[in-house]
Amino acid sequence: MADVVEVRDLRKVFDGGKGSSTRAIDGVDLATEPGEYLVLLGPSGCGKTTLLRTIAGLEHPDSGEVLIGGHVVNGLPPRARQIAMVFQSYALYPHKTVLNNITFPLRAAKLPPDKQREQVKWASELLGIEHLLDRRPRQLSGGERQRVALARALVRDPRVFLLDEPLSNLDAKLRASARDELKRFQQRVGTTTVYVTHDQIEAMGLGDRIAVMHGGKLRQLGKPVEIYDHPADTFVATFIGSPPMNLVTRGEHLVGFRPEHLLPIENVPAAVERVTMPFRIERVEYLSGDRHVYGTITGIGDETRVIARLPSTIDTPISGDEVHDFAVRADKLRFFDAASGIGCDPVPLS
Amino acid sequence: MTGRARMPLADRDSFLAKAFLLPSIVYIIALVGVPFGLAIAFSFSDITAGDPSFDWVGLRNYRAIFEDGTFWQSLGNTLVFTTISMILVVVLGKVLANILVANFRGKWLVRFAVLLPWTTPVALSTISWLWLLDSVFSPIDWVMRQVGFLGPGENTYWLGKPWLAMGSVIAVHVWRLVPLAAVIMMAGLVSIPKDIDDAARVDGAGFWRRMLGITIPLTMPVVAVAGLFGAILTFTDMAVVYVLTRGGPTNSTQVLASWAYLKGIQGGDVAQGAAIALFLFPLLLGAAVAILRSVRRMETL
Repeated sequence: MADVVEVRDLRKVFDGGKGSSTRAIDGVDLATEPGEYLVLLGPSGCGKTTLLRTIAGLEHPDSGEVLIGGHVVNGLPPRARQIAMVFQSYALYPHKTVLNNITFPLRAAKLPPDKQREQVKWASELLGIEHLLDRRPRQLSGGERQRVALARALVRDPRVFLLDEPLSNLDAKLRASARDELKRFQQRVGTTTVYVTHDQIEAMGLGDRIAVMHGGKLRQLGKPVEIYDHPADTFVATFIGSPPMNLVTRGEHLVGFRPEHLLPIENVPAAVERVTMPFRIERVEYLSGDRHVYGTITGIGDETRVIARLPSTIDTPISGDEVHDFAVRADKLRFFDAASGIGCDPVPLS
Repeated sequence: MTGRARMPLADRDSFLAKAFLLPSIVYIIALVGVPFGLAIAFSFSDITAGDPSFDWVGLRNYRAIFEDGTFWQSLGNTLVFTTISMILVVVLGKVLANILVANFRGKWLVRFAVLLPWTTPVALSTISWLWLLDSVFSPIDWVMRQVGFLGPGENTYWLGKPWLAMGSVIAVHVWRLVPLAAVIMMAGLVSIPKDIDDAARVDGAGFWRRMLGITIPLTMPVVAVAGLFGAILTFTDMAVVYVLTRGGPTNSTQVLASWAYLKGIQGGDVAQGAAIALFLFPLLLGAAVAILRSVRRMETL
């Protein structure tokens, strides 16, 4: 059974000098399931990388506990935690061949040489890099470096994988296939994985669950579909989704709905409960088949600029400078407290 | 196209390259090339300070210095002086570099103190050492007498006994060069990406494995450059020897540079001084080639 990573009430403050300080991690509680692929998602500076490095033992928390496999590892140096980490830069040892890069963790673990060879063979076959073993890192392409970094992480059978934006150095085309490969690879190995990214597409595609972080705090933890459909607060609502969720102020509350749920009234079945709002259209953009409609809506709260996304299956004629009635299915509306931004129960709109 | 021809002079790369190179080429020819050529010419002549007319004498000067025991002693001393100094400079410089990159309170004070020997003019600092190592009034001896290592009225004669004098000269020279080596090696250390050290930590490597398996191999080209620069500075240096011992006692600290100076300038036998000084050349050439190789290795890593 795979090991579980857990952090309890973790806090870490970085002293910026001259009295300024940053709360990089501000009381985070988080636990993975065994064998889970957990993604830490957030904008840059949200504390996700610091959290990962704290789990690795490269940073020391000011308070709180880190547990791996049920044991508190706070006092242990990284080498005693039996974790493997892939860095954003891959951090391959530039003076060592690929073979020696992969063997390094095994040498450090003082494995007998025949066992070392066996492990290296297994890892390099799994990642398809047997033909690269004699090369040096600078002779490899970005994708090959990433595989070598993964092989080096994998080779000594760690209890936990920690991945810090391993795809961000790849070009867009390679990234999609590498993402797919990473997912299949983790499913095959079955090791608990914590994956840090600022890219919501990676997070949605890879994560069994996603932990959304902001300002050193954990904002929401849940399956991708939960994060998307039921954001816990306005930060998650607007950070996830492209374009983000529309938020309309209505008294002490905010009414939220996804752009793809705001449709011309003709396209929302009358049989379901729906909320109608007049949409003054300003501009229409065509993006890969979808129509993004920009404008202002009235009727459910303050006049607000919103975006509607009409899939290519909807061909209702829409043009700028007209007012068209749009509607959202009532069950697609989300509600937040205007002051705190935290999600709340539905409020009547009529 | 005539556009190229009409380009202003200041925009033409081919012109600029030559224009910017010219001052350093003139400088090198005037201050290095000409004296070097003169030294070769002088070494085959009978020029002295009293009779500066050029007469070809063939290899006579070389035969004379080969038959001179002091020359061989100086050559041996130079090699001992350079080798031991460099080992100490590289090892101590490496240790200091590691201290300099570490984070601790009062770091600026330590950095300042470390760099002080390098920033002090050599004549000044060596004269301080001359006083510290004085045969009668040495403060070091005074401290040792107070502590009880020396009896009353006893002295160590730091510069008066052959091996002790060599040791003192090496110690002062190392004291002077270590800061430079430390700063060069520090530059090498900070150029190692932090991720690589972190990766090694996560991969299970302890302090010594990281130091020997990662840090030292990655800084090796820089260490080599620091060492070779130091070797050149040591090999050609006569300031410390000249101020502290003038080669004594009985030539036991005489090095090629100081011997060439004593023979050629003070003794007035310019021709023989030139011949002695030319023996520095092959070793310096070797060091220069080695430096260029390390630099190339750094570029390809």
